[in-house]
Amino acid sequence: MKRLPAMGIAFAMAVPLAMSGCGGEASEESSDVVHVTLANHVWTENIKAQFDDFTAQTGIEVDLTQLGEDQLSDQYNVKLNAGSEDIDVMMYRPLQEGKMFAHNGWMADLSDKVTSNSDWEWEDYQEGPVTATTYEGKVVGVPIITETEVLYYRTDLLESSGYDAPPQTLDELQEMAAQIHEDNPDVAGFVARTGRTAAVTQFSSFLFSYGGDFDDGSGNATLDTQAAQDAYEMYGGLIRDYGPANVSTDMSWPEAMAVFTQGQAAFYVEANSLYKNATDPANSQVSDTVGFSAFPAGPAGSKPYNIPAWALGVNEGSSNIDNAWKFIEWATSKDQTLLNQQAGVPSARTSVWNNPEATKDYPADLVAAAQAGAEAGIGHDRPLVVQVAKAREVVGQPIVDAITGKDIESAIATAQSDYQGFLDGEE
Amino acid sequence: MIFTIAMLVFPLVWTIYLSLTDAEGSVRAPKEIIGLDNYIEVLTDTARFWPAVGRTIVFTSGVLIAQMVLGMCIALLLRRSFRGQGIIRVAILLPLVATPVAVGMMWRLIFDPNIGPANYLLGLVGLGPFPWLAGEKTALATTMLIDVWQWTPMVALILLAGLTSLSDDIDEAASIDGANAWQRFWSVTLPMVWPSVVVAVLLRGIDALKTFDILYATKGRGGGSFNEVETLNVYAYGLSFDYNEYGLASTVLILFFALIIAAMLALTSRNKER
Repeated sequence: MKRLPAMGIAFAMAVPLAMSGCGGEASEESSDVVHVTLANHVWTENIKAQFDDFTAQTGIEVDLTQLGEDQLSDQYNVKLNAGSEDIDVMMYRPLQEGKMFAHNGWMADLSDKVTSNSDWEWEDYQEGPVTATTYEGKVVGVPIITETEVLYYRTDLLESSGYDAPPQTLDELQEMAAQIHEDNPDVAGFVARTGRTAAVTQFSSFLFSYGGDFDDGSGNATLDTQAAQDAYEMYGGLIRDYGPANVSTDMSWPEAMAVFTQGQAAFYVEANSLYKNATDPANSQVSDTVGFSAFPAGPAGSKPYNIPAWALGVNEGSSNIDNAWKFIEWATSKDQTLLNQQAGVPSARTSVWNNPEATKDYPADLVAAAQAGAEAGIGHDRPLVVQVAKAREVVGQPIVDAITGKDIESAIATAQSDYQGFLDGEE
Repeated sequence: MIFTIAMLVFPLVWTIYLSLTDAEGSVRAPKEIIGLDNYIEVLTDTARFWPAVGRTIVFTSGVLIAQMVLGMCIALLLRRSFRGQGIIRVAILLPLVATPVAVGMMWRLIFDPNIGPANYLLGLVGLGPFPWLAGEKTALATTMLIDVWQWTPMVALILLAGLTSLSDDIDEAASIDGANAWQRFWSVTLPMVWPSVVVAVLLRGIDALKTFDILYATKGRGGGSFNEVETLNVYAYGLSFDYNEYGLASTVLILFFALIIAAMLALTSRNKER
């Protein structure tokens, strides 16, 4: 009697195995399907609407998997680690995961492909984003979205407090946030991301504008420099002193954006690519009174990050690499890039930025702020290391300690020591 | 047999193997056997590992005690028939059918310090805002509250099954002998329903030990900016998916596995003694 269940289980296991074998053959025959994994993003919504165009041009069907950022990252970790073939094209964050994925051998070398079509024109891509998608001299991704940090603000609150222009410097930002908060006690003067790792990217522009960085690029941590200390104190102090009441230390952009769009904050620093959340009346209660300006200058000037936020790469384990490239070539073509740019997604193509048609529907002040950021911006917004997630936790700890009013000097000393240890371990 | 090997033995042996290696980055990357180095590193880690062990024990024991007490109260209440009992039974069981991730996200919104209804309601009765999930010192207790909300009905259900199988005769006899309600519960009902209590403690205890979804959905990676709800499960997940340190993650999981086995043995041996 005991044999029967065992045989049943063996059979139950054998059937899917046999079927998966059939599936493998089928997928080779039906290489006219490309499996694409994309993040929840405005770019994804725009490109999804154009899939029929791609199929009409190439005869290739698109099988889409769409996930949130964290789930996307976990999915890659599991599937790419297992050598899975059911991801062909992957949307990934070059600065967050690019080094790790390429280091692990999970990303196909696209160097020959990007130069194979002169009409598609790889040279059209901006240098910074190209550097971020190149690993050890090999191109492993094509940038699709660039971002720079800008200042979102409420024009009505500024006006009622007697200001006729947004702050030009971080000190002015602090003064104006304090004044508006005093004039409107129920409204926060300033809001931004507060989560330990989430805040790092937005804090980076403060750090750069004070003249600092996370490290010196030669393996030496620089979190305890005067510039970094001032930046931690400014970012944390703005939220601690003028931020939302009872502020949480878990806010990423959706939570911080919600505070701003519900009319509960005067100033908000965030990536320009998210501006539609603030200007769309369906999402924002302050859509009529939102203004944008360049990131306020610190002692070292206005130095916001200006980065390639997302890129498309090809799974090294894919058996469908040619079709995967066809998809990327189409999705990043000048035509599609222009459509996306017009729909609010800042591109990494120079030609599109030179096309007046591309930005005609953007708020004029946002375009000016983005252009200023592109000129003076820094090409990273987090430590440039392989284990970015771990590094972000270390360099982000003093931010939340500053927000919650803990001993900032001690927090920075600990972070400096921990980050130096981390950098030593990465070498 | 094949099923056991494929689904239980192989993963366990593979995890033990990984725990003895320096695997990181990719599990397919070359790795070296480093003996017990990972175990030494983890067991001497007072910054993340031991606090995570402490939180795991606090979370598990806290929710278990609360759920057993509340579950028993609910089961005793539902044992008696009364008007509207059907509706109340359904209402009490509703949290059970919800997905823990959805439950976590729902409570995250409710407890949002600025736009959540929890603080709004507190304000209506004249109480100041409470940090709930936002507070470094209150977050773990709040996640325990959510867990109690979701899983107490399951405990009540198990205990109710035990209670309904009991005869009322002994209880009535004790009543005639002059025993009050508490004496009847403590000396008569509880000993008789004890096997159901043990089942509830075992099932819920093991489940609470490995809670992940509610913690992740409410506080995210690392259990919050101060690791305030980082239990062993959340820590092992972070080592795997955030740090890609599979050797260390496997070590934590093996130690966690040993903790669960030890807890299970302790619980079952106490039951045998009784």
